[in-house]
Amino acid sequence: MRDSTDLTPTPAQTAGPYFHLGCTTTRSVACIAGPEARGERIRLICRVLDGDGAAIDDAMIEIWQADSEGRYNHPADSRAKGRDPACNGFGRLATDAAGTCVFSTIKPGRAPGNNDTLQAPHFNVSVFARGVLKRLATRIYFANDPANNMDPILALVPEERRSTLMAFSDPHRPGDWHFDVRLCGKDETVFFDV
Amino acid sequence: MSDVTPYRRQDPDTQPSSLYPPYRATIRRSPQLPLIVLPHTLSEVTGPVYGKAGISETDRDLTRQHAGEPLGQRIIVRGRVVDDGGRPVPDTLVEIWQANSAGRYIHKKDEHLAPLDPNFTGTGRTLTDAHGNYEFVTIKPGAYPWENHDNAWRPPHIHFSLFGNAFATRLVTQMYFPEDPLLALDPIFQSIPQERARQRLVSAFDLDSTKPGWALGFRFDLILRGPEATPFEG
Repeated sequence: MRDSTDLTPTPAQTAGPYFHLGCTTTRSVACIAGPEARGERIRLICRVLDGDGAAIDDAMIEIWQADSEGRYNHPADSRAKGRDPACNGFGRLATDAAGTCVFSTIKPGRAPGNNDTLQAPHFNVSVFARGVLKRLATRIYFANDPANNMDPILALVPEERRSTLMAFSDPHRPGDWHFDVRLCGKDETVFFDV
Repeated sequence: MSDVTPYRRQDPDTQPSSLYPPYRATIRRSPQLPLIVLPHTLSEVTGPVYGKAGISETDRDLTRQHAGEPLGQRIIVRGRVVDDGGRPVPDTLVEIWQANSAGRYIHKKDEHLAPLDPNFTGTGRTLTDAHGNYEFVTIKPGAYPWENHDNAWRPPHIHFSLFGNAFATRLVTQMYFPEDPLLALDPIFQSIPQERARQRLVSAFDLDSTKPGWALGFRFDLILRGPEATPFEG
C-alpha cells in the first residue's frame, strides 16, 4: 500500500464517451441564472469542433460565472453575501449531434482582477471529451465589449489569437451569443494553464 | 480588494499531456499551440459549491438503485480527498460512473456485445464528510474492448469527477484495480509520464474496509491541488 504521506497529485484521465451517465443524464445544468436574476438576459450557444472542423457530439462543457455585478457564489469572494441569489453561477451540458449546447443565463459583471484591476465580463469554461486526457480550460468574453481592452488576462494573449476567446452576438436573434471551441488546428481556441 | 491566494502549480510529469498519439482520439482533439499560463484571479479560486440537496443514500450504493441486486463482485470503494498540503477537502461532490460486471455501459453509444444488467445503472454520487472521507458500494466493473488499436481492451475502471474548492481544482479521472495486466497496455493510463503519479490511480485492496461475508474493500485516495499558502483570515 502507498505511504499515506505521499501527496503526489492525482492525475487526470479522459472523461471518455460515457460521462453522460455520471454527469449530465440527470445532472446537467442548462440554467445558470434563473429568470429572476438581475442583469442582461442571454443565451450562450457553445459548439465544440475537432481539428478537422467536425462537430464533437460527445463533449461536456462546464461554465462558471459571476453575477451581474461580478460577484461569485463562493466563500472566497468576500462580497458573496450581497450576491444575486438567483444567479447560481454554474452550468454544465453535453453537446448534441451538432456539437452544440445552449445555456440560459445573464451577462456576468466585471469581477476584480489582481493588482487593483477589473476583469472584463467573462465565463470560465472547462471542456471534457473522449480524446481529451485532461480538462481543457478557456474563457469566453463578449466581442466588442469596451472592457476587453483593459482585461488583465486578455492582455496575456497574443492579439491575433484574442478573437478565439470571443462570443459573437447573433445579428438575427438579440440576446443570443455564439462561441466555438476549436480544439486544434485552424483558429485553435486559446487554452489556459490554470 | 486584496489579491487572492493562488493554487499550487503541478509538476507537469504528474499529469497526462493533451497529445498522446498512442491514444488515437487525442490527435484531432488536443491543442497544438502552447497553453497560456493564467495567474489565478477570483475567477479561478472560486467554483461551484454543492450541498446535500438532491443526494440520497442510494446514490452512493450502486447495488441498491433497482428492484434486484446487480450481478458481479460486490465491492466497497473508500478513500479520502485531501489537497497537496495534506488538508482534507470536506463536503465536496464526488461523482462516479462505470461499466457493469460484464464490461457494458448503459449508454446508446456502447455497442460492446456484452449483456446489460437491468439492476445496474453504474452511476453514483456522494459528498465527502468533514474529514474528506467518502465511500461507495458497487460491483467490480468488467474490462471491455475498444477500437483504439488491434485487440485493445480498457482495464476495469471507475470514472471519478471531483470539484474541490475552486475552478482551479476541478478533476476528472479514473480509478483502476491493483495488479491488472491490462494497465501496462492501456494508452490512457500510460499517458501519464510519471510512474509514481500513475500509481496514484491504482486502488489498493483493503482488508480494513472489506466486510466479512459480503464485499471486498478497495482504498482510493484523491489528492487535489491546494492553495499556495494558508489564506489570510482577518
